[in-house]
Amino acid sequence: MTPTPPTPVDVLRAGPPAEPGAGLEHALERFRRAAQSEGLLDVAWASVDSPVGALVVAATPQGLVCVSWELDDALDELARRVSPRVLEAPARLDGVRRQLDEYFAGRRRRFEVPVDWTLVAGFRREVLQVLSAEVPYGATATYGELARRVGNPRASRAVGSAMATNPLPIVVPCHRVLRAGGSLGNYSGRGGADTKRWLLGFEGAIPAR
Amino acid sequence: MQLPPFQALVDAHAGDLHRFLVAALGADADDCFQDVMITALRGYPTLRDDRNLRGWLFTIAASRIVDVHRGRARRAAPVAEVPDTSTPTDAAPVDDAELWHAVRRLPPMQRAAVLQRYLLDLPFRDIGAALGCSEAAARQNVRAGLARLRLDPTLVEDDA
Repeated sequence: MTPTPPTPVDVLRAGPPAEPGAGLEHALERFRRAAQSEGLLDVAWASVDSPVGALVVAATPQGLVCVSWELDDALDELARRVSPRVLEAPARLDGVRRQLDEYFAGRRRRFEVPVDWTLVAGFRREVLQVLSAEVPYGATATYGELARRVGNPRASRAVGSAMATNPLPIVVPCHRVLRAGGSLGNYSGRGGADTKRWLLGFEGAIPAR
Repeated sequence: MQLPPFQALVDAHAGDLHRFLVAALGADADDCFQDVMITALRGYPTLRDDRNLRGWLFTIAASRIVDVHRGRARRAAPVAEVPDTSTPTDAAPVDDAELWHAVRRLPPMQRAAVLQRYLLDLPFRDIGAALGCSEAAARQNVRAGLARLRLDPTLVEDDA
């Protein structure tokens, strides 16, 4: 018994034979490059694997704008607050991806990437910039100390919220900021205090477990 | 209104758009895909209504397909006798290659309607939205396209 031959409508449903070299992935890669050269890539993002979980990193033409564990939330926030032209374009993130790999391999102690501070303003931005500049790899500071360093010693709670809303965790090292008395305090990244403890142990700021 | 990240539109619709363009244009599909996606990305932030992003994308595609055909017509060498591609050939297409060739010669609206109905399996309401016409006109375009392909127009089901 011979099988029924496909009807023309079956052929239409199945689609035409593939054109050589014309796959979707190839087309999307070409589109990403065109978007970049036309100046339409307002926010480029990429995924990065790390020992503390998969991260998403995003950059504007000005610099790194976001590091997050929550892909969907991060892209939604970028669309809302920076530009809806948000596109996966790993090549644009090569610098920060390489530096993160080096950091997690123990070969890098500070990040040297341009930063776009768009997602954080005012006092919070100031606190994060002071933290970046003054609390190096392997060191820690308390919320109160950081408040003093920005010239506002009574603002340790506000420093706490600046850490909790840091749009660039790991790169801007909010994990190095502890409670007075040496307890770790919270961490807003995935894994919470466990991730904070891991990062501080990895940097040698506290005994690694 | 809050537009979703453009990436969401790529994830949801770029695959279908690419399939649609390959079916409609063959070797010119990749260039047209670039053109449609760049046009969409350029206009995206000023979009006022995000309720039918797919339709918006396919509307851009439909107008670009027309442009591609105008370009082909300009590039074509003049011939003594212009074949009238608007009338169906006598015989129904016998093999798949011939069928696709015939699909790519359909008038743009009919071709878009036929491909969206069968290749993308869309209901007539969505096809109408993407082509900027009514549901009834979308169904009529599918019917007319099938007739021109020498396929039985009664194949048109009432809806998906």
